[in-house]
Amino acid sequence: MTQAHEAPVQGSALEPILVVADLACFRGDRLLFRDLNFNLGAGRALQVRGPNGCGKTTLLRILCGLTEQESGNIHWCGRARARRDSDYLRDLRYIGHNDGVKLELTPRENLRVAMALEGGADEAALALALARLGLADFMDVACRTLSAGQRRRVGLARLTLGNARLWLLDEPFTALDNAATNAVRALIEEHLDGGGCAVLTSHQPLRIDAGKSASIDLGA
Amino acid sequence: MSKHGMRHAFLILLKRDLLLAVRNRGELVNPLLFYLIVATLFPLGVSPDPQTLATMAAGVLWIAALLATLLSLDNLFRSDFDDGSLELILLSPHPGVVLVLAKVLAHWLVTGMPLLVVTPLLAVLMAVPESARATLWLTLALGTPVLSLVGAIGVALTVGLRRGGALLSLLVLPLYVPVLIFGANAVGAAAAGLPVTGQLYMLGAFLVLALSLAPLATAAALRISID
Amino acid sequence: MWTFIHKLGSPRHFYRISGYLLPWLGWATALLLVAGLYGGLVKAPPDYQQGESYRIIFIHVPSAWMSLFVYVLMAAAGAVGLVWRIKLADVVAAASAPIGASFTFLALVTGSLWGKPMWGTYWVWDARLTSELVLLFLYFGVMGLHAAIEDKRTASRAAAVLALVGVVNIPIIHFSVQWWSTLHQGPTVSKLDAPSIHLSMLVPLLIMALAFKLFYFTVLLMRARTEVLERERASAWVRELARGT
Repeated sequence: MTQAHEAPVQGSALEPILVVADLACFRGDRLLFRDLNFNLGAGRALQVRGPNGCGKTTLLRILCGLTEQESGNIHWCGRARARRDSDYLRDLRYIGHNDGVKLELTPRENLRVAMALEGGADEAALALALARLGLADFMDVACRTLSAGQRRRVGLARLTLGNARLWLLDEPFTALDNAATNAVRALIEEHLDGGGCAVLTSHQPLRIDAGKSASIDLGA
Repeated sequence: MSKHGMRHAFLILLKRDLLLAVRNRGELVNPLLFYLIVATLFPLGVSPDPQTLATMAAGVLWIAALLATLLSLDNLFRSDFDDGSLELILLSPHPGVVLVLAKVLAHWLVTGMPLLVVTPLLAVLMAVPESARATLWLTLALGTPVLSLVGAIGVALTVGLRRGGALLSLLVLPLYVPVLIFGANAVGAAAAGLPVTGQLYMLGAFLVLALSLAPLATAAALRISID
Repeated sequence: MWTFIHKLGSPRHFYRISGYLLPWLGWATALLLVAGLYGGLVKAPPDYQQGESYRIIFIHVPSAWMSLFVYVLMAAAGAVGLVWRIKLADVVAAASAPIGASFTFLALVTGSLWGKPMWGTYWVWDARLTSELVLLFLYFGVMGLHAAIEDKRTASRAAAVLALVGVVNIPIIHFSVQWWSTLHQGPTVSKLDAPSIHLSMLVPLLIMALAFKLFYFTVLLMRARTEVLERERASAWVRELARGT
């Protein structure tokens, strides 16, 4: 059972703000954390730290709505988040442990599906998203032939599709080489500069402008 | 914009699943072969006498279709569950019901339709009387979508389990009983020259019921499995 | 008022209250069972058609009624647990499944035993027995799903969805099987379809039905108490209980 300390409140009331209050969560019979409170304002990133198994992934999944919390509530842009809130889902991008990439399809085809599911349809944007992650030369080969790092990048390319303001990233830098890690970091910074916010877990230090990021430790 | 988006998402997801099936062509043929082989076992195990065959043909073909569908159901959500695509689908702002329907439709096109194509051949092999062949095909055409729709509920409930296969059969086969009864009976009635409109209407009613309720249950079950 | 309902749903209070209720329910069940069996086995006259062998209906029919009643209750409890997240509802649903399955099994066995003197065989594929058999499979499905999922909350939610799907299907299955059996002209098990049933047989039958209901609630409370202890074993009051007694 952990109690987490608050990150400082940021941003004005009109800007995207994520407010998490008194969140508690069970996994199986274990109480992972409770009385979790934090606010996240526009342009800020929150890094969730803690040892393996302390609930970092579960916290992200609760924020998505994939997992149900035991108690507590979540507010987005001043509104309480309902259970299946399509507006909230439209504003949200989640990158989980798995890439969400079908091996039999090409990166372009994978992204096309992801885009349609998230509510858009723009071929040019697809190509651009893949290019930003260094996959311009691999857009039309089956993902089965790509390396683990490349597949991860295909999954991450979803981030730049559409206008989601909240990014939830679970270990985004896994399997990425230096160039790709820098590219993703640049993406995140650009997102924050544009007024979005992000919650991410990572074993590596974030190395983003300290003014833009805060962290909480679930293991404390 | 939202209506257009939903229709677009439905079509893209349908296309995706069909594309995946085509690229995994080898697996496509398994349920079909299963259907053929199981049907073949009956003359071998019971009797090749045309009279006997004619009596049991309807039931045998229906049961073989049931089992072939059951065999193919696991593919419906397993791969998506394993690689994280299922989460993407459930995180879509579009209604889960619509997306589930797209996947189930793709499943039927890939599994049920081939069964329909092969059935006339099997009808000859199993000595189904000429008068009953059209009815047989029609009952399967109405029934196989129901099998896919109802089976999807079972798969959704067991997708998170490691060895969900045996449990899936237990969950789904009792629910198939009404479709089997009316489907097989219609063929028997047609062979005897009796009217079959009642049975066909019942199958149609099952289809409508399954279309309206099964995707709801499936979407709910998926969210539970992925929790 | 709200706190009262909330208390009712609280596992801890349920455990306490059920502890008080249990002996009363148990004795009431025992009394009614004795009364019903006496009325059915001793006092009711032999049937002019079937002689003494009909007496098994005093167990067979209430079992069959209970098998359906428990399934509906299980599905309703599951629905409450799904929609309102009341833990006790999940517990009731989980605890009911094996009891309902047992009633179904009892109905099948007694139906089969009844069949021997009636038709000379232990099993016929008549409408009622076949329906009961499919119902047994539905119960096994729910129990199997419960057992297969490790996390009890998730298991309860999944089983609730399955039970609700089952509840919608039960009338359809029953109707289909009944229709199917009329086509094949099989013998029917029904004593009750006769123009009217004599009062001296009806009264013990109803007493047995009530006794079976009370039996169900008694066993349900017992199983639910155990289930509650298991699900809440991490909580303070359970640990105190384990330490205290």
